[in-house]
Amino acid sequence: MITVDLELATVRELNQRLHDLPPDTNERAWTIVNPGGRHALLAGLTRPVSITVEGHVGYYCAGMNEAAEIVIDGHAGVGVAENIMSGTVRVRGNASQAAGASGHGGLLVIEGDASARCGISMKGVDIVVGGSVGHMSAFMAQAGRLVVCGDAGGDLGDSLYEAVIYVQGRVTSLGADCEEQPMADADRAAVADLLARTGIPGDPARFRRYGSARRLYHFHVDHADAY
Amino acid sequence: MCGIVGLFLKNEALRPDLGRLLARMLVEMGDRGPDSAGFAVYRRPAPEGSVKITLFHPDPAHDWAALAAAFARSIDRPAAAEPRGNHAVLTVSAEEGPARAWLAAHHPEVRVMGFGRRIEVFKDMGGPDEVARRFDLAGMDGTHALGHTRMATESAVTTEHSHPFAVGSELCLVHNGSLSNHNRLRRNLARAGIRFGTDNDSEVAAGYFAHRLQQGDSLADAMRAGLDDLDGFYTFAVGTRDGFAVLRDPVACKPAILAETDDWVAMGSEWKAIAPLPGSARARVWEPEPATVYAWGRA
Repeated sequence: MITVDLELATVRELNQRLHDLPPDTNERAWTIVNPGGRHALLAGLTRPVSITVEGHVGYYCAGMNEAAEIVIDGHAGVGVAENIMSGTVRVRGNASQAAGASGHGGLLVIEGDASARCGISMKGVDIVVGGSVGHMSAFMAQAGRLVVCGDAGGDLGDSLYEAVIYVQGRVTSLGADCEEQPMADADRAAVADLLARTGIPGDPARFRRYGSARRLYHFHVDHADAY
Repeated sequence: MCGIVGLFLKNEALRPDLGRLLARMLVEMGDRGPDSAGFAVYRRPAPEGSVKITLFHPDPAHDWAALAAAFARSIDRPAAAEPRGNHAVLTVSAEEGPARAWLAAHHPEVRVMGFGRRIEVFKDMGGPDEVARRFDLAGMDGTHALGHTRMATESAVTTEHSHPFAVGSELCLVHNGSLSNHNRLRRNLARAGIRFGTDNDSEVAAGYFAHRLQQGDSLADAMRAGLDDLDGFYTFAVGTRDGFAVLRDPVACKPAILAETDDWVAMGSEWKAIAPLPGSARARVWEPEPATVYAWGRA
């Protein structure tokens, strides 16, 4: 276990050390202490290392993550796991706005609440939120699954493409071109699988599915008011 | 960008530490705004029938004692000035209106930064660390305080254009964002008797809330009305004599974190600002919802 204290090392030194790890590195288990809400921690990792951050992180933590398994034992600022490619990022507390924005793959787990625009423009990442998500979540989301065990704020799934949203609680309102769709057995199985993999409690039978009505894919003058 | 912070103490035992805690919060937000910084601290009230007026003059050696003595002679009542950096807190045994009118008539060269029985306002160019040190923020006690560190977008970088803006009695505002309808609103509010000192957009928001409070609104009602009348991006933190409120615009693109313990309520642009507070690791932490007023008060 390697411990890095951010009261002693700079963020740049830490990130560089992680970027310099060779593919066959033995330095696979890391603990980061005293993160103090600093920004851009653990951005751009490409090796299958396991890292626990003990405390709260600032903006864009674990951005562009590839292969690494990251646990943030605290709250995360704006854009946690932005553009995640693979691997897992888990936030034990709450996440701020735009969690998992434009994520291509991998898994983002938020045990607490996520704020506005969770999963905005997601492109294949799976996001599981133990609590609720804020307004405009999954805005223009293209692929992947967003599972919300609590409630969803206003304008959920506005201008949605082919990402699928599952919500266990209440939805304040749906955004343009987002509609509730029937839960098929495959949907319940998908939710059950994601809950089991993440250890987030939830009842797959209580989730509702939301997806794109596909009315806004191509501009049609009859739909001009819907944009 | 800009950084804003607010701290409202629930535990009286922390009052001597208010300035020290706010200074730490403000310095944490230094990366968000290096141009200027400022803070408003609600401190021990001036005696009944008196008012505290925070004044600014660019010359740090300005003769505040002479100004206070002249004021005392003119009203035949006590007046005292306590200098702090290039500001001074003038305590006069007079009503707010006449006191400000006397200053405007006899000392147009000094600028009023804030006024009321409790509020003291200090702001200046420079980073938050430097500004906090210049005014010895760490040595200030009080019940609640707001701070701001500015990256200017809408108007010039001067002491007068710095935040907080204190347009009404005991009221101050810090703002992260920008308003787009401030010119029209400023004209309307000026017609209603609100006086503005700059062309800054945030000062208009302060004037707007001051006006609503004068019309009898509660702080929370005034801020809810602002959702309809203020057009732009904003996270506001507003202080009054015994209250503190936070509001984000309906899109909520400007950040804000709230945290509460049994001892305090704190607001910061980022978690970093709250982290140095005692007990922050066990605080309830959440992100304020868009278009929702969060208000705390003291009975």
